[in-house]
Amino acid sequence: MTVIIGVLALQGDVREHLVALAAADAVAREVRRPEELAEVDGLVIPGGESTTISKLAVLFGLMEPLRARVRDGLPVYGTCAGMIMLADKILDPRSGQETVGGIDMIVRRNAFGRQNESFEAAVDIKGVTGDPVEGVFIRAPWVESVGAGAEVLAEHDGHVVAVRQGNALATSFHPELTGDHRVHGLFADMVRANRARRSL
Amino acid sequence: MSSTLSENQGPATGTARVKRGMAEQLKGGVIMDVVTPDQAKIAEDAGAVAVMALERVPADIRKDGGVARMSDPDMIEGIIDAVSIPVMAKSRIGHFVEAQVLQSLGVDYIDESEVLTPADEVNHSDKFAFTTPFVCGATNLGEALRRIAEGAAMIRSKGEAGTGNVVEAVRHLRQIKNEIARLRGYDNNELYAAAKELRAPYELVKEVAELGKLPVVLFSAGGVATPADAALMRQLGAEGVFVGSGIFKSGDPAKRAAAIVKATTFYDDPKVIADASRNLGEAMVGINCDTLPETERYANRGW
Repeated sequence: MTVIIGVLALQGDVREHLVALAAADAVAREVRRPEELAEVDGLVIPGGESTTISKLAVLFGLMEPLRARVRDGLPVYGTCAGMIMLADKILDPRSGQETVGGIDMIVRRNAFGRQNESFEAAVDIKGVTGDPVEGVFIRAPWVESVGAGAEVLAEHDGHVVAVRQGNALATSFHPELTGDHRVHGLFADMVRANRARRSL
Repeated sequence: MSSTLSENQGPATGTARVKRGMAEQLKGGVIMDVVTPDQAKIAEDAGAVAVMALERVPADIRKDGGVARMSDPDMIEGIIDAVSIPVMAKSRIGHFVEAQVLQSLGVDYIDESEVLTPADEVNHSDKFAFTTPFVCGATNLGEALRRIAEGAAMIRSKGEAGTGNVVEAVRHLRQIKNEIARLRGYDNNELYAAAKELRAPYELVKEVAELGKLPVVLFSAGGVATPADAALMRQLGAEGVFVGSGIFKSGDPAKRAAAIVKATTFYDDPKVIADASRNLGEAMVGINCDTLPETERYANRGW
């Protein structure tokens, strides 16, 4: 089944996600406007600066449509800044920093440190078979705590770094930078399953 | 130094992927020069993806003359403490001790910059020796590839900083893009001679010919003063923009900063750029680059 997966293209590593989604057999396209959001079967919120993405989403009238579609069950996947955008709560938000929400979790921004502490490490993700994925953590957040509805998919060094709740998926790290498209494959399967359910 | 990941190994810091990947996260964004924590907050509130902490913006360096050096560590730390977005800072070309100091302060990116007075007229710093990633300026493809060969994880056009005149940034970006396009058309035999001509390693030249782009993120810098300037650079292929003097040398910095951010995201939508350009107040005055003596052209610095 052909599904259209958008990448929120306000700022960040949009191109890498488009490539990874295409490799996962999805039709991938950029989303910057509400009418473009309305046309997709799933959405990726990329890595970038969460404060910038949040501000631009509010400024260009995307925040409310994003919340409405996520509430309505649109499959979404957020990496790094995208994870922050999917958190119901941020521990230390900048003034006026809003999130889309969708996952019952509290996220700490830049929890693993500044750029000099950015690192790569192998990560085992529940639902991804085979070898661990190569986790690229860049000024990465971690999940401070998850609510009852959210499932922890991966941890690193005792901290939660991948979470799923229903149709929403989030990782602290950037599979889009590695050329290993298994996590995007997992997400594309979530999108296809959702489409199949809806068309019944 | 870059290292590869294996399962038995602990977390690896300072890898090429982590350094280049950091720049990928800045794409589509605006990096703003700031000289105080208050300016840094204005930049962050306007939607900047990062700030460049320095003592004087290029327009003032130009005006004041003398030797321009790395900024005071207290001033850089003040800015690091004021914002949560990444903070960059400049070292002189070839001044690897200034770079060591900046790394020890915990800046997120080091700009080995021609805007400061060069410390070495032959060598640039060995950027593989650092955990902190580097961005470097370039006026053409050969220069960009020499910087990448030295370990730069991000490239920006040099433009002509502190002039408020975008003409040199346009020239440099077009030059880089045209040279990449030309490489695309070359066969394998021709790439060896091209590498010689570009004075760049053959492996990098081959990689660019295959990718059709630099292997690292390419931003524009030097002379951007308006939302339309920023959008122009993006339409010409820059993946994001640095704005130096253009914001805090203008009449209403907060408004201009937010406007440039908007125009950078919707660089291909003239209606958004028009709206962003309304009532911004005075732009920085600017200098015509053809009246600049060769000795005052920062773009000539770097080898």
